[in-house]
Amino acid sequence: MTNLTSALYNIRLLDDLAKKNTPIHALHPLVKLLTTVIYLAVVMSFGRYEISNLLPFIFFPLFVTLFAELPLMPIVHRLLVVLPLIIGIGILNPIIDNHTVTILGANFSRGWITFLSLSIKCILSVTVGIILIATTGIDRLAVAMRMLKIPKIFVLQLLLTYRYITVLMEEFLRMSQAYSLRAPEQKGISKHNWGSFAGQLILRTFDRADRVYQAMLLRGFSMEYNVGRIEKANFKDFAYLTGWCLFFVIARIYNLSLFLDSLISGVVK
Amino acid sequence: MSHHKVEVRNLHFSYPDGHEALKDISFTIVHGESVGIIGVNGAGKSTILMLLMGILFPDSGEVLIGDVHLTKKTLPMIRQRVGMVFQNPDDQLFMTNIYDDVAFGPRNYKLDEKEVESRVMGALELVGISELKNRAPFRLSGGEKRAASIACVLSMQPDILIMDEPTSALDPKARRRVIGLLNSFTHTKIITSHDLDLVLETCQRVIVVKNGKITADGATNEILTNSELLDSCGLELPLSIQDCPICSSSKTSKK
Repeated sequence: MTNLTSALYNIRLLDDLAKKNTPIHALHPLVKLLTTVIYLAVVMSFGRYEISNLLPFIFFPLFVTLFAELPLMPIVHRLLVVLPLIIGIGILNPIIDNHTVTILGANFSRGWITFLSLSIKCILSVTVGIILIATTGIDRLAVAMRMLKIPKIFVLQLLLTYRYITVLMEEFLRMSQAYSLRAPEQKGISKHNWGSFAGQLILRTFDRADRVYQAMLLRGFSMEYNVGRIEKANFKDFAYLTGWCLFFVIARIYNLSLFLDSLISGVVK
Repeated sequence: MSHHKVEVRNLHFSYPDGHEALKDISFTIVHGESVGIIGVNGAGKSTILMLLMGILFPDSGEVLIGDVHLTKKTLPMIRQRVGMVFQNPDDQLFMTNIYDDVAFGPRNYKLDEKEVESRVMGALELVGISELKNRAPFRLSGGEKRAASIACVLSMQPDILIMDEPTSALDPKARRRVIGLLNSFTHTKIITSHDLDLVLETCQRVIVVKNGKITADGATNEILTNSELLDSCGLELPLSIQDCPICSSSKTSKK
């Protein structure tokens, strides 16, 4: 139960982190969103056998995490949640793509390279997604999306889903606590009760979500999410966007890992 | 015309499962009046509030807020005038911090951000929680959440304040603060509660609802001291005027 309570507390961690006051947090939300989207597009554009080219892209999330003063462990914890999914998607690659390649004198199935490349791409993508929310906040992110003319119905859907997760977890926590208090000898919820438990959970969360929605309507909500004034983008914002885009383009065209390797080798020689 | 008047005429309402919740309810609440609606669980109190706010619409009868008929068309205008504080503050606080929650209403009415800030700070100071403006709602105590949910409604500067069980789940001190807060408002107030002592202290008039009908409507001092009437409606005298449980001395004459 402690785990559940802490999970509930942790889900709000990203909201808490978004309130920090650092140079990264102060950047315009649209600039951060665009930088992230461009980053994702460039990372995804690499072929499935290109691993060394991907490595310089670790620099961007590292830079933002450092300058936004984000704690490393909560981000790693969230990555661990998606890890089984990544493994599930890529684990068959070594069997399907079984051409043998030799790397550093050892023979590998080429599928392992595609699996590794897929894993790096997924980890980088999820990390920058988490970092984007942790440095911007879901509300300001929604404003940025509206600036990009994304239809408000989609933006609203995203926001309400984000809110619904906490409602769902709160209700689940209450029900689990009530259950465990009356079933002290059981570990978890008995499979005989899964059906009614899940059904009740859905009905209760719908009910609660409906009350929250009514409260929003009573305060003039008309499908437009207003989060107050957002300052106009300034020189720092443009410099951030331009600087990173340049880096992404250079890292896409040239293999910076090899360049760095030859540079170090040259110095050593 | 007063924007602060509430008129309910011959209201009938049944839920989709066929349960007849309200049967021919009529009353008028005038400017500045403070009215308590009391009754047992399932009597129809919350249904009345939901009909007043346009969350539900009646099968027949009408609701007028300041001479304006409550219809789907007039809802936005009416909801700007009437503020409702929910029974459970968690249903009302959904933003990531208290400031944004209190600003939610004014921002929806497209007010200038300076005006929004002045309203938010004004409402937070009025309920005494301005220092909590940057806190996340889920980290507040029950009393602080209640104060925040009241501030959410006050920031919209409504003419009429509706509250559903404003003191439920509050500790005695927090309850006392809410009572003080309610008494300081000059709005027209409609309060539903099982806390009859709260009603006694904050309302001049009481409407008693039983099985979806109005059983009594009159001055608080008369209704809340009528033990026979209250008993027949499944209620009892407010604790503050019940006989002393130790010496059994009577605080009121039985009617």
